[in-house]
Amino acid sequence: MTIPTSSIDQVIPGQGAMAQPEEAKPVKAKRQRFRFVTNAKAATGLVILGVYLLFAVIGPWIAPYDPGARSSQLVAPPSPDHWLGTTHLGQDVLSQLLVGTRGVMVVGLTAGVAATILSVIVGVTAGYLGGGWDDALSALSNVFLVIPALPLIIIVASTFQNAGSTIVALTIGLTSWAWGARVLRAQTLSLRRRDYVEASRASGETTCRIIFFEIMPNLTAIIASGFVGTVIFAVATEITLAFIGIGGISNWNWGEILFWAQSQQALAQGAWWWFVPAGLAIAFLGTALSLINFGIDEFVSPRLRSAGKTKIKTASGHTVRMRVGFTPVLANSAEPHTHARPMPINLNGATPVQRTEEVNP
Amino acid sequence: MSEPVLEIRNLNVDYGLGEQAVHAVRDVNLTLHRGEVLGLAGESGSGKSTLAYGLTRLLAPPGVITGGEVVYHPEQGEAYDVLALSDRGLREFRWAETAIVFQGAMNSLNPVHKISTQLGDVLAAHEPTMSAHSRQARCREMLKLVGISPDRMDAYPHQLSGGMRQRVMIGMALILQPQVVIMDEPTTALDVVMQRQILGQLIELRERLGFSVIFITHDLSLLVEFSNRIAIMYGGRIVEEAPAASLYRDSLHPYSAGLLSSFPALRGPRRELTGIPGSPPDLKGMPSGCSFHPRCPKVFEPCAGNIPVLGRPTTPDGASRSVACWLHPVVESVG
Amino acid sequence: MRYVLQRIAFYVFTAWAAMTINFFIPRMIPGDPVQALLARFQGQLNSDAIESLYVLFGIDKNSSLWSDYVDYWGQLFRGDLGLSFSAFPSPVSEIIGEALPWTVALVGITTVISFLLGTSLGVLAGWRRGSWVDGLLPVTTFLSSVPYFWLGLLAIFLLAGPDSFFPSSGGYEGGLVPAWDQYFIPSAIQHSLLPALTILISSVSGWILSMRNMMVTVAAEDYITVAHAKGLSERRVALSYAARNALLPNVSGFALSLGFIVGGTLLVEIVFSYPGLGFLLFRAVGAKDYPLMQGIFLIITIAVLVANLIADILYLLLDPRTRKEG
Repeated sequence: MTIPTSSIDQVIPGQGAMAQPEEAKPVKAKRQRFRFVTNAKAATGLVILGVYLLFAVIGPWIAPYDPGARSSQLVAPPSPDHWLGTTHLGQDVLSQLLVGTRGVMVVGLTAGVAATILSVIVGVTAGYLGGGWDDALSALSNVFLVIPALPLIIIVASTFQNAGSTIVALTIGLTSWAWGARVLRAQTLSLRRRDYVEASRASGETTCRIIFFEIMPNLTAIIASGFVGTVIFAVATEITLAFIGIGGISNWNWGEILFWAQSQQALAQGAWWWFVPAGLAIAFLGTALSLINFGIDEFVSPRLRSAGKTKIKTASGHTVRMRVGFTPVLANSAEPHTHARPMPINLNGATPVQRTEEVNP
Repeated sequence: MSEPVLEIRNLNVDYGLGEQAVHAVRDVNLTLHRGEVLGLAGESGSGKSTLAYGLTRLLAPPGVITGGEVVYHPEQGEAYDVLALSDRGLREFRWAETAIVFQGAMNSLNPVHKISTQLGDVLAAHEPTMSAHSRQARCREMLKLVGISPDRMDAYPHQLSGGMRQRVMIGMALILQPQVVIMDEPTTALDVVMQRQILGQLIELRERLGFSVIFITHDLSLLVEFSNRIAIMYGGRIVEEAPAASLYRDSLHPYSAGLLSSFPALRGPRRELTGIPGSPPDLKGMPSGCSFHPRCPKVFEPCAGNIPVLGRPTTPDGASRSVACWLHPVVESVG
Repeated sequence: MRYVLQRIAFYVFTAWAAMTINFFIPRMIPGDPVQALLARFQGQLNSDAIESLYVLFGIDKNSSLWSDYVDYWGQLFRGDLGLSFSAFPSPVSEIIGEALPWTVALVGITTVISFLLGTSLGVLAGWRRGSWVDGLLPVTTFLSSVPYFWLGLLAIFLLAGPDSFFPSSGGYEGGLVPAWDQYFIPSAIQHSLLPALTILISSVSGWILSMRNMMVTVAAEDYITVAHAKGLSERRVALSYAARNALLPNVSGFALSLGFIVGGTLLVEIVFSYPGLGFLLFRAVGAKDYPLMQGIFLIITIAVLVANLIADILYLLLDPRTRKEG
């Protein structure tokens, strides 16, 4: 797969490296939101994500078999009957993948929502209120940031006798909000000092109103990127948990498919169809989410956009590269671009000579 | 007038390529003479900084030079075109012949290296045979020259005040004794007292060391005071160029007149402060004809249709100045 | 110096928080897990083990939460992490002590290599935009989205096998005794190659990407233009000016994401049955060996905190602005 290179409109000054204002301005929000979807990376990611969401909805209906149903074809390679082969019990791998999509997406999104809500509450409060609140909440998020999350989640989830997907989702959500909170705090802090926020405060608007109507709209991109990031982490984590045998019994989480493949010696039997599709499904979902996040990053910080056309042809036919520090010289002649004939001596100064601008080559 | 040291001939600079390109500098012709201070003024977006960075190929992408020559006359030897130099040749040319004091001294210094390292690496790059000891001595000497105690050699940029940082930048610009120093809004970030102090010091250094200066600023009052000649830019073109005194006394282009009337006179009779109505043109959608015509108080019928050429006016002092305006017929185009 | 002390204070606080979380987790369990455990290990647990279990789970109805907490800290300071259920009656600290060097060697070395390699490639990608390194970015994005353990499975499937040079599991050849000798060390290295490669491939892309983005951001700074204007060599501008500054956020990012990385790498150990903490944790989860799980969590947390402190000190050395003047 490739990420399409961006179009040339990304090299206009004001949007390229020379552009100074990088924060999304409230006035322009609508137009820019539209621009975001036109970002090739984000669009690719959203399309792939859409396909996953579709399967999450219709997966159980279109699955050709009951994912748990056994058959006599044990560890059979892909065939017209079983497109992705079967497991050690003769179960259809494709059906397991299709049915599993819903569980993976639900857990990922639930955890993402939970973590995002927490990070917004903690981050915005810390950034806006400042002082002791800020110190306490920042310390709290830093603690959650450095404590290794996965072992903690494993321990918490395994402490429950039978951890269902809700518990898994909430545990992941509760332990992965810190990164978002940190970024949001920093951004809120800088927004708080902007003139328009100071102005609303001076004009006596309530704190709630300022937070929801002045600050939050400008945090949209960061919140979105934090949400997507948490979903990536949550999907990876729930699959990991299922892979090591915690939680999500029999909802055919992809990690569970891998768990059985690993424990039933799929590797030794050369049964690639058993674990390769599930891994690819995870990888493509992760890639789609990452692409959406790259899109958001580039939208927030235009410098990161791919350089557009980096190689250009000069008048003499050489190819030069756009690079910092050595501006390309396309044509090196002292010929003027706008042809203007010298004005003849005309002491009356009445009739100017006709001169038209020539379009640059 | 003394011999030229840097001649810019029909320089054109675009941002972006093809249809989307924005023409930031168009057909600029400008000559810097040995030992003079040439002022370059204009509102933001007039292309004055683009011109300065363009002539040493320092513009960041998507900037491209689409045409022109920058002819440099070294003290000894043949003149050559800077834009035609190889990367290696350009690296040798930079700083040794033309040094730049940048806008915003705050960010011009690398925050993680000591002042001495940043002064010294110029010497290491251009005079590789110099010993570490003599490099140190030279750096110390330069700091002393710009009025910084040499014991700040080992300071990091964040430990210096804004004025001190700008002095360090000036010292750095002079360390290889270049023929040309380009100063891009060198003092805008400083307070007024510091501004005058640093500029005064610079003029004094110029008299002592004999380099030429291209002084870029939007503050025409500074130029009137500190430069020999002034060129006014608007919409990527030079619209008027004249000795500082003539420009101040009687400017020909209505735009220059507008710039001059936006600050109070220091000496001489009182004038009315009017400024210029409207805002600088958007480079993406440049007006037809003379790009100043939508804001010009003296606009008449040829202005919207055709671009006036920069040439010698028919005024008595016409030989020493040039202007691009339909109000002033010109006898000979420049460049 | 004050900065370092502040950081140390923060890490001590974090360690305290982690251990307190560790103390409370078992107390959140609904129902009566200890009774279930006691029933499962009937006859295998001696009174000492039952005693430590009581402290661990706070089941002792007679003692207050506070006195449990004090007892818990008392045990920790004595280095007593309780007794393992699954390897009864071995102390948890002893079992962890055996596994720890494997993890430190594998995860520690590969993480550092991955950071260095990724950062260098990121410098290239960010400096020369549009070069071949940019072509790596989609590939690395995809690879970083692959779960570490699945990549491990794939590596075993493709590269390991009965006749392959790469062993598919274990930390060393069966029959060897762990020692610093010419038989054991090469075998250990041979066994660590595939897990190390797996970790490297899945973690390197994150560093490439973040360093590239930092380089792109820094390349637009004024001091880079100044460096070019000074006529410095391309190398000097790229490394001493651009990369040197771009490295700073990457180092602090390294510190902050260590917790995430370590989590992922532990999974690789499981796939390769590598005798480190990750594999140990996997077995502890399988055997519901709570004391072992908690001990491993504590050790991993402390290791990550120490690594964080090292990264902080490195940052201090790299950025003069955090240093206090004279």
